[in-house]
Amino acid sequence: MKNFSTVLKQAYDDNPDKTSIVLLERDVDDRVVTYGDLIREAAGYARALEQAGIEPGELVIQIQQHGMDLVSAFYGAILRGAIPSILPFLTEKLSPEIYRRSLMALIKVSRPAAIITYPEFKSEVDKALEEGNSVRAVLLENEISRDPHPDWSLLRGLERDPSEIVLLQHSSGTTGLQKGVALSHEAIFNQLENYARAIDLTAEDVIVSWLPLYHDMGLIAGFILPILRQIPLVMMSPFDWVRAPYRLMQAITKYQGTLAWLPNFAYNFCAQKIRDRHLEGADLSSWRAVINCSEPIYASSHQMFLERFKEYGFRPEALASSYAMAENVFAVTQGGIHEPLKMDVIDKQAFQEQKIARPATGSEETLTMVSSGVPIHNTEIRIFDEERRELQDRQLGEIALRSDCMLTGYYNRPDVTAEAFHGEWYLTGDLGYRVGDELYVSGRKKDLIIVGGKNIYPQDIEALAGEVQGVHPGRVVSFGVYSEQVGSEEVVVIAESDEEDPEERKRIANQIRQSVTKGSDIALRYVEVVDRDWLIKTSSGKIARSANRGKYQSVFRGEDV
Amino acid sequence: MTDSILPKLATFVATEILKQDDRELAPDEPLISGGLIDSFHLVDLALFVEEEFGVRIEDFELNADTFDTLAQLAALIEERRG
Repeated sequence: MKNFSTVLKQAYDDNPDKTSIVLLERDVDDRVVTYGDLIREAAGYARALEQAGIEPGELVIQIQQHGMDLVSAFYGAILRGAIPSILPFLTEKLSPEIYRRSLMALIKVSRPAAIITYPEFKSEVDKALEEGNSVRAVLLENEISRDPHPDWSLLRGLERDPSEIVLLQHSSGTTGLQKGVALSHEAIFNQLENYARAIDLTAEDVIVSWLPLYHDMGLIAGFILPILRQIPLVMMSPFDWVRAPYRLMQAITKYQGTLAWLPNFAYNFCAQKIRDRHLEGADLSSWRAVINCSEPIYASSHQMFLERFKEYGFRPEALASSYAMAENVFAVTQGGIHEPLKMDVIDKQAFQEQKIARPATGSEETLTMVSSGVPIHNTEIRIFDEERRELQDRQLGEIALRSDCMLTGYYNRPDVTAEAFHGEWYLTGDLGYRVGDELYVSGRKKDLIIVGGKNIYPQDIEALAGEVQGVHPGRVVSFGVYSEQVGSEEVVVIAESDEEDPEERKRIANQIRQSVTKGSDIALRYVEVVDRDWLIKTSSGKIARSANRGKYQSVFRGEDV
Repeated sequence: MTDSILPKLATFVATEILKQDDRELAPDEPLISGGLIDSFHLVDLALFVEEEFGVRIEDFELNADTFDTLAQLAALIEERRG
């Protein structure tokens, strides 16, 4: 039998002194964590969970800052046989009340037995625990010590059946936190196997990651894949990276990193915000693949990255892409590994009006699409129309998939799980088209906004904006608009108001900015307060997000859409 | 000295970060803890301060403990310019 714990035990028995993680932290030397260290640290958490009466199969929520304790607690829960789920922690700007509200909603739906957090956050966690809630223990990082001699006979993770759930992944916001993606041991192993083939993973690879672990790209590609397959992982915190993006380049140089995954905006961010003096001595020639993943891919971002870093040895053939989602554990497709990344230049008008990706022939306006690659092993893709009929090559429709690494379901949400499937096909809500095996992803069918790789639900943003006094109830819309400079979407809110005084409207706009910024994962910049009946409604009276985006772009930005 | 630093900082934050040219920022308005400047723009601010005033703000200093308002940032710049 093979589960997460048996694989960890194998690494512990065979290679206790092998480097598993090199942890890069500020102002201290890089910390080398061997498999022996990792298991001893994790076993300390497993023991603490056992002593707290947490049983195998129960859910353990982790609210921790990036670092060794987050890693140890995760594998500790696994060794206990419990189900860990890593949540984002409260940032400086986020309102504690809003965070608490989301946490309470999650506790109600997912019913965790324990929460692991850091001492400074305990009082916040306590405030979220309502009477009669499911949480029986709140464990603090500082109270847990390593177990120098793990007793495997007590680590009940070894008994877990491969078909059982091993972890949950949540996306952020009030909506996302109520929809935990439950994944089995087996599904994750299948993904790792399929994906390792797709990227030609070998023992010579070195993975470098700054990605957060509450998101599939960071959790699977930048954490579980390297650790379970014994590939060295060089890991830094997203908090540090965003303040010092050059650390990624320094880490690649120092450890001869070969693989990294980045959301599209990070290409722009690195290209624009790293000073020359921080690149002195940088050598990026070991980088064999930088995989663009988790938000729409733009050729201009790749170009910007290549231009900035080619003089430091970055090779154009290292540009790669993947289409991935938590519901398939991680990757669905992979491109740019076995052959150069493909691009498709298409007729813009035919694409927008007839939903056909027709190759451009001459003088017409064009769109340059970057391929997300071809399906990984044991994964099939179909493109469906609105009636769920299969579409042909170059026809735009909803991407559906079937694989041997799908989610078990949304945790405690059979209703949401049922809605997500059409027979055995998982409906992704993403739009795209195929050319042969090659997949091109163009956007979302659902109104999800993707900002810097994070999924943002417009209804969460609209609810926050709607709380502001002066906004007409229910007359708010939010959507994303792509910014070429940033390489990602920027969020816009339009709110109707009966208030006509321009100063008053300015006040309302500022309050909306503040309410959304403090209550969500994004910082809101673009707000327009408009007259009654400005917003376009559908025939059923709902506010149409995409139609209003078009109107906003033409009215406020003078763009031709 | 601080008098000339403040308006430059305020203009930069309003136009380049907040994208609202007419946004007036009070010297004591919390920028980081108030969510006006998000983590993605902290580096922009550090780059601007370095180019404009020749003062380095290290990346580990980019948090609300080092400065959270324009007044605090201006004081920091002045102190380092010596």
